[in-house]
Amino acid sequence: MSDSPDIRLGLYVPPHPHPLLAPEQNDGWGRLRKAFDTCKERIEESGADLILIYSTTWPSIIGHQIQAHPNPVFTHVDDDFHFLGSMDYEFKMDSEFAECFRGFCEERGLHARTVSYDGFPIDTGSVVALKLLNPENKIPACIVSSNVYSNRAEQIVLGKSARDAISKLGRKVAVVVVASLSNRMFTEHIDPSEDRIHSAKDDEWNRKILEFFEDGRLEDISQLSRDIHGQIRVSKVVAYKPAWWMASAMGQHNNYDGEVLAYEALHGAGGAVIQLTPSTGGVGDKEFDEDDVEFYQGDRSVLGKGAI
Amino acid sequence: MNTLNLAGRFSLDFSTSGVMARGEIVLGCLAPHPPHVVYAENPEQNEPFSEGGWEALRWGYNMLARKLKDIEYDCIVVLTPHWQTYIGNHFLGLERFQNISVDPIFPNLFRFHHDIEVDVELSEAMQKSAEDAGIVSMMMRNPNFRVDYGTIVSCHMLNPEWDKPIVTISSNRSTHYYSDEVMNEQASALGLAVSKAIEESGRKVVLVASHSLSHRHFVTEAPLPEDMSREHIYNHSQYVWDMKVIEMMREGKMEEVIGILPEMIEQTMAEAEGGGLTWMMSAMGMPDYPAEIYGYQSVIGTGNAIAAWDPNPSSRTIVL
Repeated sequence: MSDSPDIRLGLYVPPHPHPLLAPEQNDGWGRLRKAFDTCKERIEESGADLILIYSTTWPSIIGHQIQAHPNPVFTHVDDDFHFLGSMDYEFKMDSEFAECFRGFCEERGLHARTVSYDGFPIDTGSVVALKLLNPENKIPACIVSSNVYSNRAEQIVLGKSARDAISKLGRKVAVVVVASLSNRMFTEHIDPSEDRIHSAKDDEWNRKILEFFEDGRLEDISQLSRDIHGQIRVSKVVAYKPAWWMASAMGQHNNYDGEVLAYEALHGAGGAVIQLTPSTGGVGDKEFDEDDVEFYQGDRSVLGKGAI
Repeated sequence: MNTLNLAGRFSLDFSTSGVMARGEIVLGCLAPHPPHVVYAENPEQNEPFSEGGWEALRWGYNMLARKLKDIEYDCIVVLTPHWQTYIGNHFLGLERFQNISVDPIFPNLFRFHHDIEVDVELSEAMQKSAEDAGIVSMMMRNPNFRVDYGTIVSCHMLNPEWDKPIVTISSNRSTHYYSDEVMNEQASALGLAVSKAIEESGRKVVLVASHSLSHRHFVTEAPLPEDMSREHIYNHSQYVWDMKVIEMMREGKMEEVIGILPEMIEQTMAEAEGGGLTWMMSAMGMPDYPAEIYGYQSVIGTGNAIAAWDPNPSSRTIVL
């Protein structure tokens, strides 16, 4: 196993289908599409031989699920935005990496499994990302789910398990997180031309997070996850997890060149395409008191202690 | 009545004066959708094979399916929390959906080939009624859309022959966006709108709220999922909540149940957060008669009750 996993770059991209299906309907959606196109070229130029996706629109319950079907083929339709059209897909997955990733998850105490079934419903965010970032399937991919009950410790360990697998197999990896920034959408139909960030507060927080990304302060964003969740995330799940996983998978530091390629509204939600490239420099002025985690120990059975 | 037709012959030609009989809700069912129960039944449509399991639920479902055989109805209308929409409620709007449904959480248990017929006319009428009531809603007309597994599991267990058309209504996630109380308000309004459309349609309709009660899952699975020695409720507080609500259902206290639902959702992560029970009870006028209880069992830690509300006192029974 090599000491340091070869991570060529990291991308943070939105899950909504608009940049794929309707970039012409709104200038902002079009700019997001162009940013995706730019990232596609940069992945290819980076020499990456694996695209590793963590998708917040693939929820799991039984631990962490990892897509291992070598060639999933289907037509996907989004639950909300079905009127924008269908998404035919045929992807090339790195099954060997998926199995290796699962193995390291288990070594670190996580419950994990691979899935490899014809017709398995690959989520909107992953479909959008792979169709735009890797349209010709030049680079094999792997997708990992977001467990609905998991919290910081599991996400940190899940990221480290990915690093173990990357090192073990010597892959050159583009890490992709599929997630919104603020995720509150409008709850009514809007004319595409009238799309905007749902509220000034969401917009302000998004822009602050983008400043951190531009400064390469990924670990700082990770440490701010709980604040971000409380401020601008609809409570669909227990926490804002993607930054935890991304920071952990990429090495838990602030040493990146950050670039925000686009930031736009997607039916009210904050959609950004961001690139982080590992570098030698680093910034940050924070110290953190949340412990680093190497192995997941499971629930602490506080209720079972019978102290009350 | 005309007594002389164009040929000059005497005839009796009764007309109905264009007024159709009022439609009605003939049964409301709380029908949980863990894919495990379909997996355990081994229907030919499902690819995986099981050695059984979850009999308390399956046998309860079998009893309710037999009752449905004796009820005259035209259509099943189901509100499912696994078609999650943030922009109002959506309604299936095409006549037929043929596909394979693979459960995203339990793909090892549920890969179900289906051929679903939809009552589009009723679906459109309900969507129009919702829109007229000020509820954000829309028809879903993408032919590649995959019907969610919640709909399929509940409908298969209630009507394994699939010989009745269905309508699926999506679950608006107002609980996530606002609160459980807002969900109750919005789902109640949707229930009234749907009820009005059913009355005007002349259809006899079975309503289905497709969800469990308490909804905290185990995050690990037994090597043999149907190993019943491993199955139990996630924790006792969930069980106590489930039993309390079932007791109130038996007592016909549905208005009270809906009233405390936000508290239950908060305490047990109850899947009623999707609005199904509130929608159905509102459409049925908040029944004050006893529910028929067909079964209760945990599935991977969640609490699942099968219950029915029969508006017809002559066919209403005490089941369990």
